[in-house]
Amino acid sequence: MTEAAAQADPRPRHPPTGFFGGLASAVAALGTAVLSLIEDVGGMVQLAGEAAIAVVQPPYRIGILFEQLDFVGVGSIFVVGITGLFTGMVFAVQSYNAFSLFNAQSLVGSTVALALARELAPVFAGLMVTARVGSSMATELGSMRVSEQIDALTTLAINPIQYLVVPRLVAAVLMMPFLTILFDGLGILGAYFVAVISEHLSPGLFLGRIHLWVDPEDVISGLIKSAVFGFLIALVACYKGYNTTGGSKGVGSATNQAVVTGSVSVLVVDYFLSLALMGYVSKV
Amino acid sequence: MPAEASPSRGSSTAVAPAASGRPVIEIRDLTKSFGDNLVLKGVNLTVTEGSTTVILGGSGSGKTVLMKHMIGLLRPDSGEVIIEGERFDNLPEQARQVVRRKFGMVFQQAALFDSMTIFDNVAFPLREHTDYRENQLREIVFQKLDQVGLRSKADNYPDELSGGQRKRIGLARALALDPKIVLYDEPTTGLDPITTDNVDQMVIDAKREYGVTSVIISHDIGSAFKIADHLAVLYQGVILADGPPEVVRRSQDPFIQKFFALWFERA
Repeated sequence: MTEAAAQADPRPRHPPTGFFGGLASAVAALGTAVLSLIEDVGGMVQLAGEAAIAVVQPPYRIGILFEQLDFVGVGSIFVVGITGLFTGMVFAVQSYNAFSLFNAQSLVGSTVALALARELAPVFAGLMVTARVGSSMATELGSMRVSEQIDALTTLAINPIQYLVVPRLVAAVLMMPFLTILFDGLGILGAYFVAVISEHLSPGLFLGRIHLWVDPEDVISGLIKSAVFGFLIALVACYKGYNTTGGSKGVGSATNQAVVTGSVSVLVVDYFLSLALMGYVSKV
Repeated sequence: MPAEASPSRGSSTAVAPAASGRPVIEIRDLTKSFGDNLVLKGVNLTVTEGSTTVILGGSGSGKTVLMKHMIGLLRPDSGEVIIEGERFDNLPEQARQVVRRKFGMVFQQAALFDSMTIFDNVAFPLREHTDYRENQLREIVFQKLDQVGLRSKADNYPDELSGGQRKRIGLARALALDPKIVLYDEPTTGLDPITTDNVDQMVIDAKREYGVTSVIISHDIGSAFKIADHLAVLYQGVILADGPPEVVRRSQDPFIQKFFALWFERA
């Protein structure tokens, strides 16, 4: 390293010690984290913008889109279905016990269905898709980046964003609502199984209260959320994979960050989406 | 540091270009840095039509960065890249895609698409950019595979091939659209002498059969003298010498002399 470069290097030569030294390091670490967050958000917005342009430009890559629809949607049916079934079952077990304290067992069905439709189904399906699909997208794009396959696409006069990122984003946005409907359905089935078959609640009460309490808007708000989550999960995963550096270690780190950032963004964005959709849901 | 002592640092030794064809790639005063690291410090280079230009340089000399500018994988901090008389470096991405169709690039690790068979790898650029029917496409792909002697591997996947075979498929893919210019990123690095010789022959054949303009970046001096009709020596981000191989080799520049002496000693 040259002398000038050494002077410009912001890293401390000797790690600071003592209380103030520790404080300074903590502030520096926080600053670095904030800067990298801003950089990531900026990068993702840019990638989303480039994808938005590429999605309307020919050629339309229908074949690759169907491959991704299959991978994101059909491939996630089992894991999302099982999660939905057991979420409904465990929620029914807990709420049945709680409601039975004041003889309101009949509310189990509507409570489970409302919670599933508005929150649990889109969020849990989102988390499962992040784990299964987000990790895989980041790994695939990351290894393509480090093995220069993305550069190879560019040199073959193919827009890699249109070829790789757009089909993944579109597939995730389109398939997440279907997976959420599956989650809703199997969750209610699980709750029905626990409340009606196992605890002998009247099927009429269980289903009638769902009909009474759950409006189409509740389901629709959940589906809107799920489409947004699908976009976020794929965007984070593609961004992390597409910008991978540093060989196989870099691919591992991209995958890790895709899952962590994807899951956290689903939960954070869920709060704000819930606030935004509250007006829509409670109007009727 | 020997470069400090060299009077020629930052300027090319004045020798005539090897081929007298018209320029297809012109690099003018190109600079590029990554953070604080200035990689290219004002590179000037002209590649003429039909020539085989080898850019020779050690690790960290900036040769890969230079090649990535030629095909627009990187944008320069300053300077110009001109392809067939048209400014290329400042074009928007979509316009660059059009210019890139003049190029084929063979990557150091071949960069074959590992989710596709060898056949599909070579067919990929044809499927993307031409309207050939499947039977015409098969004919062209098998012709390209024959040229690199790997027709039998058509149904294999890239991970079932050796490093040298992958490079040959990389060349077949790069040649699929009959480009005017082929860029080779370290084609012989990491190969045994016999495979190196095969790859050298492949570069020579590509030029002879298709009349392509070839640009090769390499640190393999033996291969360089075998295949080049134009040699450029890149060291620490500047072109130290540029011209026909024998002229560059006989250069009186003390640094160049030391450079080759050390290199030949090691080789």
